Amino acid sequence: MINGAIIGLGKMGLSHAAIVGAHPDVEMVAVCDTSSMVLDAFKKFSKVNTYSDYKEMIEKESLDFVLVATPTRFHYPMVNYALGKGLHVYCEKPFSLTTQEGEELVQIARSKGLVNQVGYHNQFIGTFRELKRLINAGVLGEVIHFVGEAYGPVVTKEKGNTWRSKPEEGGGCLYDYSSHVLNLIQEIVGRPVKASGSQLKSIYSKGVEDAVYGTLTLANGVSGLLSVNWSDETYRKMSTSITVIGKNGKIICDATEIKIFLKEPVKKEGLDKGWTTKYITDFAIPVDFYLRGEEYSAQIDHFISCIKNKKQAVINSFEQGLYTDKVIEMIITDAKKQLTNG
Amino acid sequence: MDKTLFGDNQFFAVNHASDEKARAQSVRFKEDSAIIKVLDQAIDMGINTFMCTTHDRIANICDHLRANPARYKNFNIYPCMPYAHKYANAVTELGIMGTIKQYVPGNVFSTFAKGGFAFLSKDFIGLMELLIDAEMKMFKGINTPVIFIQNVLTDMILGLKMYDVFKEYDAYIRKKFNAEPGYITMNMPRLLDALNSVGIENPIICSSINKIGFRMSGGIEIYEKYLNEKQFRPIAMQVLAAGAIRPKEAIEYLGKFPRIESVLFGASSKEHIRETMDLIEVNLYQSCHCEEEVLIPSCHCE
Repeated sequence: MINGAIIGLGKMGLSHAAIVGAHPDVEMVAVCDTSSMVLDAFKKFSKVNTYSDYKEMIEKESLDFVLVATPTRFHYPMVNYALGKGLHVYCEKPFSLTTQEGEELVQIARSKGLVNQVGYHNQFIGTFRELKRLINAGVLGEVIHFVGEAYGPVVTKEKGNTWRSKPEEGGGCLYDYSSHVLNLIQEIVGRPVKASGSQLKSIYSKGVEDAVYGTLTLANGVSGLLSVNWSDETYRKMSTSITVIGKNGKIICDATEIKIFLKEPVKKEGLDKGWTTKYITDFAIPVDFYLRGEEYSAQIDHFISCIKNKKQAVINSFEQGLYTDKVIEMIITDAKKQLTNG
Repeated sequence: MDKTLFGDNQFFAVNHASDEKARAQSVRFKEDSAIIKVLDQAIDMGINTFMCTTHDRIANICDHLRANPARYKNFNIYPCMPYAHKYANAVTELGIMGTIKQYVPGNVFSTFAKGGFAFLSKDFIGLMELLIDAEMKMFKGINTPVIFIQNVLTDMILGLKMYDVFKEYDAYIRKKFNAEPGYITMNMPRLLDALNSVGIENPIICSSINKIGFRMSGGIEIYEKYLNEKQFRPIAMQVLAAGAIRPKEAIEYLGKFPRIESVLFGASSKEHIRETMDLIEVNLYQSCHCEEEVLIPSCHCE
């Protein structure tokens, strides 16, 4: 059995705790949070040990890994401490608040040979995987343009004041929503090296942006658009999509379907000329335990299997998470420049 | 339970195969009257049970049912709580305590007169009961013979191995509402084991059951084994696997498992409702008048 613990029992932490708790290869031995109410619930209804101090937990428990799901500003000290104690670490997204801190964590994990993964769960959605495969197989020919979008109803009124409304703590639509889209663009189409025309717009929030718009350019010169808005109540829940346009057609992909339009058929893929639609039912990754989506379990399965097989995470490594942080930084720098230039 | 339970996903922009179709549905069902019209059509075709989330708009539908008691007197609602997105969005914005304050009726601190916050933070079962009461308020005066916990919550409790919560829920639903507790899950075999482990026998469990194993966690084999061998009252949902299976093939598959009591499905056109109902009628097992538990079409008693 692999022994694990969760630090941070908010929405994501609780969800991870349930998935880790149900994993056949893992013994979830402890949880840590600052809310006495949440810890009391664990004390009363479960058998795991509870802590309010993560250092004490790591000292006292015999752990193989920790999963860090605290607000972003705590990621660096917690991950750093856990790696220092020789533990494998799974960290929620976004990875770090500054790329210097992120670089340091990547180096430590690498030098110690510890398994490291960041929680960009979209990488484990079957449709996005299929999109990546189709692009790599060249069905679109030369890629010309891409559009990355996410919309949802997180902040729809002028109120609320949590860490998510503080930019210095990793709140705001850029860190929270856009990071998912940036991570998908980076892994599916390519790593952006430049942000331009970036706009961070507040709609209802004070202090942070509710929408992010702009242009991203990849190393090969291909550019595309980013359009993200978490104050859009025309969506019932977060909806993320990636559109890629190539010389041979276009693919529109979201978590439920892939719509492919081809000018010329691609026989080896069995794709006809014109429109083809494929659904998640064909691509969902089978899991032993389901909570909120296969992807949440599949990402934990990936992490655990890396620990078991003494391999490094190939999907969502710290290094990949750090690159997403770098693109976030490019967007912030560019948006400030836009403001100064008026 | 009726063999056919009418679901509500189509009314609230839930479509497991297509976000785009989901949005088109939300346009069509913008007005409550559009939902009521489809419900009325379903009732006229013989559907007696509406299984729905505790979505804000269901409260309006309940008002309509109460206002027309003669028309709906035999009509049942199976509430499914909570409407998770409401809470999930609130937790993101307000935190866990803020969400409780927002959704527990009245002043949460005066509700727990015995000692305010300290009491609240220890009395989880009392808090659960308050939240259930709040969700159930909209159904006052309406028949709710079965009350479900939604899969997000069921599976969260299941994964956290907090099985005693199920026991408390089960007891409260029976005592307070004189109703049968039900469980929606994406992890049926594991849930049944967990419920049995805290002494809940023969529970009503609603889970995905379809020929291609879609959303049947752990694999189709163990689901089929449980359907064949274990004692519980299964309801099949996601039988069309988000549209990947044709209705005829999908419902015929369910006919292989005599224990399946009901099928939950949603549709928004008369033709689809009729087609699915007819298939369910023909394929699901029921007691024939010869009192053999057999498929009606294969019973040769006449």
